[in-house]
Amino acid sequence: MNRRTFFRISAAATGGFLIGMYFDFPMSAQAAPKVYPPDAFVHIKPSGEIVIMVNRVEVGQGTSTALPMILAEELDADWSKVIAEIAPAADVYKDPVVGMQMLGGSISIANSYQQYRELGARTRAMLISAAADGWLVAPEQCRTANSIVYGPANQKASYAELAEDAARRPIPEKVQLKDPSEFRLIGKPTRRLDGRAKSNGSQKFSIDLDFPGMKVALLARPPVFFGRVRSFDDADARNVPGVVDVFEIPLAKGKGSAVAVVADRFWAAKQARDRLNIDWDLSAVEHADSGELRSRFNGLSRTTGKIAVNRGDAKAIDTVGADKRIVAEYEFPYLAHAPMEPLNITLRNDGDRAEAWTTSQVPDTQRQAMAEVLGLPADRITYHIGFAGGAFGRRGTLDEHLEREVAAVAKRMRGIPIKLIWTREDDVPGGYYRPMVAHRVEVGVGDDGMPSAWRHVVVGQGIVLGTPFESFYAKDGIEALLIEGTSDTRYAIPNFQVSVHHPTVNVPVLSWRSVGYSHNTFVVETLIDELALRANADPIAYRLKLVDPSAKRQRAALSLLNEKSGWRNALPPKHACGIALSEYHETASACAADVSIEDGRPRIHRVSVAVACGLAVNPMTIENQFQGGLAFGVTQLMAKGAITLKHGRVDQRNFDGYTPPYIKDAPVAVDVHIVPSAEPPTAVGECPVPLIAPAVVNALARLTGKRYRSLPLVTL
Amino acid sequence: MTTIHILVNGERKTITVDPSTPLLWVLREELKLTGTKYGCGIGACGACTVHLDGAGTRSCLVPVSLVGDRKIVTIEGVASDPIGRVVQNAWVDNDVVQCGYCQSGQIMSVVALLKSNRKPTNANIEESMGGNLCRCGTYVRIREAIKSAAERLA
Repeated sequence: MNRRTFFRISAAATGGFLIGMYFDFPMSAQAAPKVYPPDAFVHIKPSGEIVIMVNRVEVGQGTSTALPMILAEELDADWSKVIAEIAPAADVYKDPVVGMQMLGGSISIANSYQQYRELGARTRAMLISAAADGWLVAPEQCRTANSIVYGPANQKASYAELAEDAARRPIPEKVQLKDPSEFRLIGKPTRRLDGRAKSNGSQKFSIDLDFPGMKVALLARPPVFFGRVRSFDDADARNVPGVVDVFEIPLAKGKGSAVAVVADRFWAAKQARDRLNIDWDLSAVEHADSGELRSRFNGLSRTTGKIAVNRGDAKAIDTVGADKRIVAEYEFPYLAHAPMEPLNITLRNDGDRAEAWTTSQVPDTQRQAMAEVLGLPADRITYHIGFAGGAFGRRGTLDEHLEREVAAVAKRMRGIPIKLIWTREDDVPGGYYRPMVAHRVEVGVGDDGMPSAWRHVVVGQGIVLGTPFESFYAKDGIEALLIEGTSDTRYAIPNFQVSVHHPTVNVPVLSWRSVGYSHNTFVVETLIDELALRANADPIAYRLKLVDPSAKRQRAALSLLNEKSGWRNALPPKHACGIALSEYHETASACAADVSIEDGRPRIHRVSVAVACGLAVNPMTIENQFQGGLAFGVTQLMAKGAITLKHGRVDQRNFDGYTPPYIKDAPVAVDVHIVPSAEPPTAVGECPVPLIAPAVVNALARLTGKRYRSLPLVTL
Repeated sequence: MTTIHILVNGERKTITVDPSTPLLWVLREELKLTGTKYGCGIGACGACTVHLDGAGTRSCLVPVSLVGDRKIVTIEGVASDPIGRVVQNAWVDNDVVQCGYCQSGQIMSVVALLKSNRKPTNANIEESMGGNLCRCGTYVRIREAIKSAAERLA
């Protein structure tokens, strides 16, 4: 059963909409046609400014520029007057394919492309209708450009003048969309709309919001996940000037508890928190320990788990001689997302209603959780969504812990806006990590040097198991998010098996940008590279030979990379080039990294990337996302790029212990090449992340002769 | 609580705070200058970088009582300096930002660098910018924007 079959079955079983995210064919085919009301998305002001509502949070991915571009294209709007605003939680802003408001899976452009085109075209038709009636001409005789309607006798009227009349007209059911040859915005490299505000300090993030009477709340969290307060002494804490209240609150869904400190200012809250004396009851919770987990996971990886994929003969590997067999064991640590803006959320509870300011990735379930704690219907909470200082999956929690925490505080502090902040010392040891994972792979090598058999066991906690999302992302206790990147490989390997173990561990886990691909692609791409080296073949040519002929995007990305990476044949001494190929949902990308070793660390001089992602709506954003996503992926290679635990306690507290890449660690230069395409746009934001770590260690292997199978890279 | 006078972006400000309060939180909460960001509180990420008498400084590590009469410049005031203006424009032209949260600190570090070195080499850039984290990984474009700003200043 391959991945596609796997999910088609689960979709049928649940009648699910959300599962559409993981279909391998264009998801827009699934969407029921729906007429979205333009007035919820477009506001043409008398000044000529056009405000376009963006139906998901902006975390840096650039959707708040690309979606307005798509709408403005069909609207023929004056781009210099376009303003993006992030929409609040409301049914009309649900993702048209997934059926819930969300940011995740890099679906934004793929799923909202058609929706925003139609919104632009409908708005334009209503403006033309208003103008044509005024001039007593047929709408077909009018044309539009740069926010102006022109009539047949050179009449002209601005969108601003027409807006009021247009807004009263019926929304046309059917609209004619532009032929792509007429595009003037879509496909043109376009700077971000928020570039200026984010360069002069004026962009407000949720942590920057300020309301009259607002208080800051910090939590003293249990030192072992989901431990509980037995008792606490707050006498010293309450002596800190500015402290308003100190009390115990339950943690996510009653699992454990914490002590909340509410104060006028952050510094007072922090000082008071440091002065708390808390007696923790940790007796009922598992004390996870990295050393113990490692041996448990490695032991499990030597036994067959639940079968996720089985193609050909799973036992074929057993007949391969030892000299023709590679056995490889891999270990990956827990990883924190550590977005630059620490988690925070503001809530004012007025009793019969409430107002929240946040940067939720899944506002529907997060608002619902807040409502539950407050004892209100969800629609009584006005839920504002804004610009976030990064997210990478961290703001999409499935137990809604942040919303539940702030609601528990605000429930007691009625009428007072409460800004709950997680300090960095809350964030780094705070859990909700990319899971720790072990892989064991046995590969049989055929006489032609190509893999003839592949038996693969993956061990790691489920991310959605036991959450309301389980039915969407898992089937029969097997979670797709743990095996993607292996289970859906387009390498044509005749005898191929993937099985899974999902141990339970008392460490909360979450999707981390690129999710399962972050480790699966590393395993597959380092092994394929090892096979290419063994066959004495060029690593790009070897991959092209092994990739299924029907995998057109993989082939296109590899071919374009080959064309653009001529430099790999003229490397300076002591440099080596590493190659990797990655799929992420429907997008394929491949990269070549020029690497040397400096001061015992990998130095990434240059990376060339080729990407096949369908139509490129904003090539500048795609370039930006690939450059940045590669750097984000370097997190996995950092010497201190791991979260570890000793007897239940996380070893790392801040960026001194868990150290993401700085400028010197990231690629010095990245050139991005997009495969030209007229197919509908597909994923971008997460695609680059899995590429860089295997590419770099494939280069290192050529420099040192070693194979690197455990991350982080502590020593080379 | 102590009453303290500081000079921020050319204006004299009087605040009454706990003297141990880091300058970062005085800027953000007392003076509402929220362009300076909290990222780690231990001087490891650079998001809170401001200038004290022109030198790039982590404002999360400086108790406000120790600032004295040194001139504080934040991202909100840096455009009054021609180098600050050039750097901010280079940031926009090169489409550097993604989430943007670290960028105030990045820009303050660059301006401090370019004030003392109009032609920074790659090594100079890595040294001066080496303490400014960007989780979105905008480093390639940061390098390009620094070079284009340096060219404009030449």
